[in-house]
Amino acid sequence: MSTATLDPLKLAGSKAKGKRPWFLENPDTERVMNITLALMQEVAVIRERMDTVERLLDRDGVVTREAIETFEPSKEEADERGYWMQEYIARCLRILQQDREAIARGKEDSSEDVADEFAKVD
Amino acid sequence: MADAERDPRPDPIEYDGPPDYRVVGRHGVYPETSHDEIARFNFLAQMNRHLSTKVMPGVAEAFDARIEPARKKAKKGAYKTRHEVRKDLVQDPMFQWWSAMRRATMETRQQAGRWVTIRQADALNGKVRTLTEGDPRLVLNADFKQPRSTDAIDHHCMPGSYHTELVPGDVTGPANYDAGIFATTGGMLGRYNDGGGVAVAQWVQKNLPDFQPKRILDLGAGLGHNVLPIAAAFPDAEVIAVDAGAPMLRYGLARAKTMGIENVTFIQGDVSDLKDMFEDESFDWVQSTMFLHETSYKTMPMIFAETQRLLKPGGIVLHVEQPQYSDDMPLFEQAMRDWDAFYNNEPFWTKMHEVDLDAWMETAGFDRETLIHGGVAAVVDPEVFPEAAEDTEQEDYGRKAAWHVIGARKEG
Ligand SMILES: C[S@@+](CC[C@H](N)C(=O)[O-])C[C@H]1O[C@@H](n2cnc3c(N)ncnc32)[C@H](O)[C@@H]1O
Repeated sequence: MSTATLDPLKLAGSKAKGKRPWFLENPDTERVMNITLALMQEVAVIRERMDTVERLLDRDGVVTREAIETFEPSKEEADERGYWMQEYIARCLRILQQDREAIARGKEDSSEDVADEFAKVD
Repeated sequence: MADAERDPRPDPIEYDGPPDYRVVGRHGVYPETSHDEIARFNFLAQMNRHLSTKVMPGVAEAFDARIEPARKKAKKGAYKTRHEVRKDLVQDPMFQWWSAMRRATMETRQQAGRWVTIRQADALNGKVRTLTEGDPRLVLNADFKQPRSTDAIDHHCMPGSYHTELVPGDVTGPANYDAGIFATTGGMLGRYNDGGGVAVAQWVQKNLPDFQPKRILDLGAGLGHNVLPIAAAFPDAEVIAVDAGAPMLRYGLARAKTMGIENVTFIQGDVSDLKDMFEDESFDWVQSTMFLHETSYKTMPMIFAETQRLLKPGGIVLHVEQPQYSDDMPLFEQAMRDWDAFYNNEPFWTKMHEVDLDAWMETAGFDRETLIHGGVAAVVDPEVFPEAAEDTEQEDYGRKAAWHVIGARKEG
């Protein structure tokens, strides 16, 4: 057990003073979104750690905790990792990309509309 | 194509995102960060970048495609104020989702940084105590009462804001601010998050080549990110950094010392009234950087009047801030720039940006002919941040690393 004066488990997630604004129609949706985002972050963390382990194994053939903690990617390696992160976020937030594309397309036929049209004989 | 002809290497990637957090500048009291804590900051930097470049543009698209047309259709007439625009924006799903994610990312960033610093609170606080105890360059006032403008709400969702001490001698607040800012800005302020101050120092050296300040005052200096480059540029000057938050000042002095900057004194005070602290005409240069938006209508004129009182004849005052809202700025842009005011605990941001600064400077006693206007963009290490160094296009509604300068030279 820690003998530290302050408990980070309790204090890290403290609320800032000031009434919180909510944005989505249903606050519960926003709560779920916040939890999802936190999980997104933790998956990114695991992935970065795996990437570090793989690179250390490639380089040294062995991996130690110490080597993980002190790992410094080269510019090229950092770019590869950064690019992966961009891909990852784009993947998770696909639905928002599609919302934007829907705005750009304007009014579109639904498959149901088209099905009706195709079912017409004349 | 036959396999033999194929280039076996993967396509080279063209990466233009934020740098890995590990390039951050680490001074002697910088909090330690584990591999996973760094990875968390990396994610947050990328998330911020994604939101501003891939999601936020959708808000403008929604505005043009459906929000403004709906208003036209309802025959409500053109928008007259940015607040009308915002009231409509908050009804739109694109704005709602972008905002919900942006707020969530801000809060997550606070949690990430607080975890880092609070878990090592004893070590950090001890290190800073050793570096600052008995040093005359740290002047705290145990009876200091926070002004309402710093106490009413925790600025930019930072729990405890700039002044709360979780234990006596606590610096976990400023250490969190310091460690996280590189992630929130994606490194756009430079390795030591001081690109604004570097730019101001260079601006003064270029535009006022004969100016040799002997005494410099920085208002609302925080932990000194932007005053240290000024102190470094004028090493013979005596620099005084005033702030309301004791933890910021404590951490600020320790940070400055480990960075080899010895000419700054950190003093706790309310900059709207420094009469008991400094005599009339006792400074050559009074500076504020990204500070005015955290004051109020009541205190800002007092602060302007104080700068006039404190300057020696021939001295200069410079305030560095995001651009003011003007009639030329589209109401949509104004409404977007107000986001931090209403949704990121920066309550004065909106009104502050309405002020006719020239008129207020005149009221404070500066002659209109002596007013100084300029612009500065963060000066960063182009090796590490090629994008930030070149970026003149990307707009981030109030968060871009480029600012306006309003100032004056006192006659004499
Ligand atoms: C956004 S920070 C800017 C810090 C610094 N100028 C920089 O560029 O990094 C604003 C700072 O102003 C301080 N502040 C706000 N109102 C003040 C007042 N009336 N007197 C002294 N400091 C004040 C806060 O404590 C906070 O540290």
